[in-house]
Amino acid sequence: MRKTLWFISIVVIASLALAACGGGATTSTDGGETVTVVETVVVEVTSSAPVVVAPTGFGVTLETVKARGNLICGVNSQVPGFGYVDANGAFSGFDVDYCRALAAAIFGDASKVEFRPVTASERFTALQSGEIDILSRNTTWSLARDTELAGNFVHTTFYDGQGIMVPVDSGITTLKDLEGGTICVQTGTTTELNLADVMAAEGVSYTPAVFDDADATFAAYAEERCDAVTTDKSGLVSRRTVLADPSAHVILDVTMSKEPLGPMVRHGDDQWFDIAQWTVFAMFDGEEFGITSANVDDIKASATAPEVKRLLGVEPGMGLKLGLSDDWAYNIIKLVGNYEEVYNRNLGPDTPTYIPRGFNSLYTDGGLLYAPPVR
Amino acid sequence: MQAGVKQKTTIPFWRDERILKILGQVVFIIGLLFAGSIIWKNMQAGLAKQGITLSFQFLKSIAGFDISEMLIEYTRESSYWQAYQVGLLNTLSVSIVGVIASTMLGVILGVSRLSTNFLINRLAAFYLELMRNLSLLVFLIFWYLGVFLKLPKVKEAIIWNGNIFLTNRGVGIPWGIPTASYPTFRLILLIGIILAVIVFFALRAYSKRTGKAPLTTLWTLLTFIIVAVIGWYVLPEKPLTLDVTRVEGLRITGGKILSPEFLALTSGLVLYTSAFIGEVVRSGIQSVSKGQVEAAHALGLSKFKTLRLIVFPQALRVIIPPLTSQYLNLIKNSSLAIAVGYPDVFYVSNTVLNQTGRAVEMISMVMLTYLIFSLITSILMNWYNAKIKLVER
Repeated sequence: MRKTLWFISIVVIASLALAACGGGATTSTDGGETVTVVETVVVEVTSSAPVVVAPTGFGVTLETVKARGNLICGVNSQVPGFGYVDANGAFSGFDVDYCRALAAAIFGDASKVEFRPVTASERFTALQSGEIDILSRNTTWSLARDTELAGNFVHTTFYDGQGIMVPVDSGITTLKDLEGGTICVQTGTTTELNLADVMAAEGVSYTPAVFDDADATFAAYAEERCDAVTTDKSGLVSRRTVLADPSAHVILDVTMSKEPLGPMVRHGDDQWFDIAQWTVFAMFDGEEFGITSANVDDIKASATAPEVKRLLGVEPGMGLKLGLSDDWAYNIIKLVGNYEEVYNRNLGPDTPTYIPRGFNSLYTDGGLLYAPPVR
Repeated sequence: MQAGVKQKTTIPFWRDERILKILGQVVFIIGLLFAGSIIWKNMQAGLAKQGITLSFQFLKSIAGFDISEMLIEYTRESSYWQAYQVGLLNTLSVSIVGVIASTMLGVILGVSRLSTNFLINRLAAFYLELMRNLSLLVFLIFWYLGVFLKLPKVKEAIIWNGNIFLTNRGVGIPWGIPTASYPTFRLILLIGIILAVIVFFALRAYSKRTGKAPLTTLWTLLTFIIVAVIGWYVLPEKPLTLDVTRVEGLRITGGKILSPEFLALTSGLVLYTSAFIGEVVRSGIQSVSKGQVEAAHALGLSKFKTLRLIVFPQALRVIIPPLTSQYLNLIKNSSLAIAVGYPDVFYVSNTVLNQTGRAVEMISMVMLTYLIFSLITSILMNWYNAKIKLVER
């Protein structure tokens, strides 16, 4: 009986303590021993179970990141060229380098970033819950994601379109040839929805075979579970390189959708959004002005164009507006590179995941990359 | 100090065990509700901060994605709610098939494990040890990638007896297709069932009255079969026509196509769970005292009859409770379907979650679904357990 009583009283005290710290009102006016007990427990509970709430509100994310000392970036780990873990466990890829650029802008150190691999279906929850500071994982910008998922797309960093890949020996050349076929697709993607849309419009009946991650999707395709596999064209190019015989597979000459890919941040912190966006623009500007990681020091020393001087922080003031130091853009270009460098490093002609620039060229070259002025 | 005098005659309430017991429980429940409300408020505050509100309205919107297998009508224009129902029925069908098949296999394994035949005994023991020490997820992936996807392509399908197709797109078996007279036939079947039930009760009453043991089960079944067969031939048109699988372009069609995902999931679950059920059955049988078996033998009952009439009825009392938890395990384990791409309720809900971002709503729906499934199973099994348990007077 004594034991039970003890147990009950402990439970009661613990629940009271929980109530107190949760409600935020810890005013107990009673004197005596019991109160002392309550107070001790309060301390224990608060220290052992901190309430995790995603940081929101103007400037909060930057503060959190700076206090933590590194940036946590949600990335892909299964798509070579965009986000991939190599045999040594190192992350590489186009989206991964964007995270490094952001870290360079904030800390002046591109290595102060922790990569956290997230699957297509986990990514938005991870962002919403504050597990990651930014999502840079070949994510398509769409209305529903911009609103319902409580996120803001920073800017398009890669203009993509959905494609479809088939084995060469299947003889399939158009979507109509896929009548009655099975198509492998990854769950939680816009691809899954586009596929349904396009096939309904074409009047082609098909069976989807849907998997949880890229590895499972392409493993099933490799086992010929499906007649075709569909995802963004960039994804197809990159995944084809890790198939047993890349030359045995062909990407059909059909584009099923617009897929503007880019990083995404949470709603509610406009400063963080600005920093993320101008990191992209700094990389565009770097290419436009011909500033590379190799010549950035020379240009900084000898620049005469006011625009370049403002960008590199020779004329001060721009970084402060973002809540960063004035050499933010210099650090991005110096430590990570401009858009062209990053592109060529991951998706250029010398890489196995070569994708022609296409829309992803500067507006001066007929592409869509266009940065607002730095002033 | 009049009250003080009174207190001496009765125990003060803070020392009264009866009151304290109730008080303790009341305080505990209040504490629980308190903690619950804090968690709830915390969640609401967190969601409000991010501008997310809780609502189930989204279930009415158009889903926009396709699902590979379904038991009810579903297209990309159906609602999220319908998508959820598709998943629900898929989970249900895997669970039902799984529970039935793993019980049958489990009983065979349990009995084999106790067989005096060395080979059967050792084989069963080996199988049980192997299965019980495997990870189910690994096992499922093995069945999917290692077995069912290794079957030949559609064009090189293995064909058994001209009507069973084995391909990496699924296994096609002949299947009946209802014709115009099928509704009438269904009615005849219903009549057959009613007649069979009548026969069953009549024979049982007869057996009670006379003390003789007529073959109740046999006659009941026979009644039903006779009615069904007569119905089949009397109708002007056959109620079902046989549809055989055939290759059509990129796919196999006709008959019943069992997808590799369904096959991998059910065979994995059945083989895995049956090992546990086998152990449950073995322990149940061993719990029946040896004297019972010896007495049955002394009475001249055959081995099979001893098992059926003496051992099993007593073993069942021990078997049912752990068997229930195995059934629950199987149902809950079926949520691993996502690993092999089978669209069960968890998988579909996951897709809905991704497309809508409604994490709290969808996760609660899934939790509630599994809870209800499990509770129903428990209730049924408990009812059965109560029915077969030793009647004590």
